[in-house]
Amino acid sequence: MKQIAQALFAAAVAFVAADPAVAGTLDTVKQRGILNCGANGQLPGFGLPDSQGNWTGIDVDFCRAVAAAIFNDATKVKFVPTTVANRFAALQTGDIDVLARNTTWTLSRDAQGLNPTSVNYYDGQGFIVRKALKVNSALELNDAAICVQTGTTTELNLADYFRANRMRLKTVTFASLDEALKAYETNRCDAFTTDASGLYGSRLKLAKPDDHVVLPEIISKEPLGPFVRQGDDQWFDIVKWVHFAMLDAEELNVTKANVDEQLKSENPEIRRLLGTENNFGEQLGLTKDWVYRVVKLVGNYGEVFERNVGQGSPLKIVRGLNALWTKGGIQYAPPIR
Amino acid sequence: MARPWESALGVPFYRDPKYRGIALQIALCAALGYLAYAAIETAAENLARSHVASGFGFWNVIAGFDISQTLIAYSPQSSTYGRAFWVGLLNTLVVAALGIVLATILGFVIGVARLSKNFLVGRLATGYVELIRNVPLLLQLLFWYNAVLRALPEFAASLVLPGGVLLNNRGLFLPRPLFADGAQILAVPAAALLLAVLFNQITKRSTGFWGVARVRAAFTLLIAVALPVAIFVVSGAPLAFDYPQVGRFNVRGGLEVLPEFVALLLGLVIYTAAFIAEVVRAGLMSVSRGQTEAAQALGLTRLQTLRLIVIPQAMRVIIPPLTSQYLNLTKNSSLAVAIGYPDLVQVFAGTVANQTNQPVEVIAVTMLVYLSFSLVTSLVMNLYNARYALVER
Repeated sequence: MKQIAQALFAAAVAFVAADPAVAGTLDTVKQRGILNCGANGQLPGFGLPDSQGNWTGIDVDFCRAVAAAIFNDATKVKFVPTTVANRFAALQTGDIDVLARNTTWTLSRDAQGLNPTSVNYYDGQGFIVRKALKVNSALELNDAAICVQTGTTTELNLADYFRANRMRLKTVTFASLDEALKAYETNRCDAFTTDASGLYGSRLKLAKPDDHVVLPEIISKEPLGPFVRQGDDQWFDIVKWVHFAMLDAEELNVTKANVDEQLKSENPEIRRLLGTENNFGEQLGLTKDWVYRVVKLVGNYGEVFERNVGQGSPLKIVRGLNALWTKGGIQYAPPIR
Repeated sequence: MARPWESALGVPFYRDPKYRGIALQIALCAALGYLAYAAIETAAENLARSHVASGFGFWNVIAGFDISQTLIAYSPQSSTYGRAFWVGLLNTLVVAALGIVLATILGFVIGVARLSKNFLVGRLATGYVELIRNVPLLLQLLFWYNAVLRALPEFAASLVLPGGVLLNNRGLFLPRPLFADGAQILAVPAAALLLAVLFNQITKRSTGFWGVARVRAAFTLLIAVALPVAIFVVSGAPLAFDYPQVGRFNVRGGLEVLPEFVALLLGLVIYTAAFIAEVVRAGLMSVSRGQTEAAQALGLTRLQTLRLIVIPQAMRVIIPPLTSQYLNLTKNSSLAVAIGYPDLVQVFAGTVANQTNQPVEVIAVTMLVYLSFSLVTSLVMNLYNARYALVER
């Protein structure tokens, strides 16, 4: 009886405690002294811990940048591995403060209690197949069995694409990306599909990456970015502007290496960016030198990109759409002023 | 004669344990009710505050995703989330129902084998039970799926079994019967089966020619099997088969049995059978040795003793824990999610919850479904138990 009473009490507390701190996320984070960041945990280049538990990835570095802006310490982040199934619930119940887990910005997600803050990676869905099949185009995949992760936009795009091209489809769905990939590798499926960035990372996980080829078709738009809860505009602004600041830093050639010298710059844009002029950081609820902290401790967007998914990484993904707008891409940040 | 609010000893009602008990129960119920109400209210408030849609408006929205095994018509472009729910539900029911039947058979065989005097049979059964019972089910499922089923040849090198059946690592492909008119043809065996049951009921109590058990069994079988076959042949055997064929990517046509389904079924049956075997063994051992000796003294054979004397008495002990095993099997089928079988949890609590972003409603419905499964199973088993239970006069 006592146990039942205890269980009931625990359940009641759980429901009451599930009341998310909708307003004042910044204060909560400061008080806690650490940022809770929902990360992937399985995807090379975006969020993956190594054998020592050191996380790397473009999304991981984004969370570090937010922590750097708040605490002047990029290590004050707790990475919470989230699944496709629990990621939004984790954000909405307040278990995590930011969700940076290669999550696609869609209308329904935006409308339902979530706020995508920005796009830190423009992606699209693609396919990987065995070279031995001699398939040159996704349009040849009629009747193919395709392994896919359940509960993703990927799953919906796949059905759409086959329907639009009047092809028959057999999907085999798995709860985790790794399971789906493993099933593809053992030839349960003819093709494996996920966002193109993920395909490159997944290909490296296969025993013989050279036996597999990524098909040229990109069948969807997948703007991936960090998410926050709806209802806390200040926090939304902070997370949004950390990304913009990293882009502006790249555009102004402020790098991890030269940021100390740039403090002496006479360029008014750089002075506003680094807080040597005016108080833009304080308007966000941070400090004047917030961008200095981000760049010094984490780097600008280009550095983060190259280190995690670009030429400095095993993935070797070219910037493409993710280049700055001045260099042929579509990464474009509003000015800091 | 005591007044109703006073006990026999004239003690006021508030000091009577009976009334105090009732009052306590009412208070507890009220507290529980309030707790449930408060929990729901809080959840609803929190959802509203974080701008999450609530309610079941999503039920009639087009789902847009594909499901690998559908027992009812389903297509990504025109079927709704509600339809996806039924697809998942049926997939769970199929694996649970088949699993219960097969696990019962296997469990009884192993349970009886454990008591065998034959050294090899007895030890083998013991080994089976100890090995299977002590390895987590999830690992066993992964084992069946990855180590065993994936060891099958690739589809291009399918094993061709007699009758046009193909077996490869993408499943078992059977020829699909194409009936001239599906519904009518299916109606004939159903009617025959009904007729057979009816016949059996009518002749059950008769004492003459029809009362002989063997005669009755033979005629029942004749009605159930020979009659539909005769009708089928007379009507010109209107049956063709759609044979599976190896295509460029996959096997086309035929009836597909997914490897995920087979792995899940195998895992559940083998695992649950080990527990059922122990239940059966306990039941058989609960029947006193004197019963067996008495039966043998009367000249019954070993098999007759088991069938007519021991098992009916053992059933009283077996049924209640057997019910728990059935419930476990049904609930364990939700581990399907690990090996990609589209059961209720994967399709509904996984994909639908995610695409609609309404996990509270979806999980609540899923829980309700498992609860009703369990309650219905319990009800059926309790009715069965009531028939077998010792009737005391």
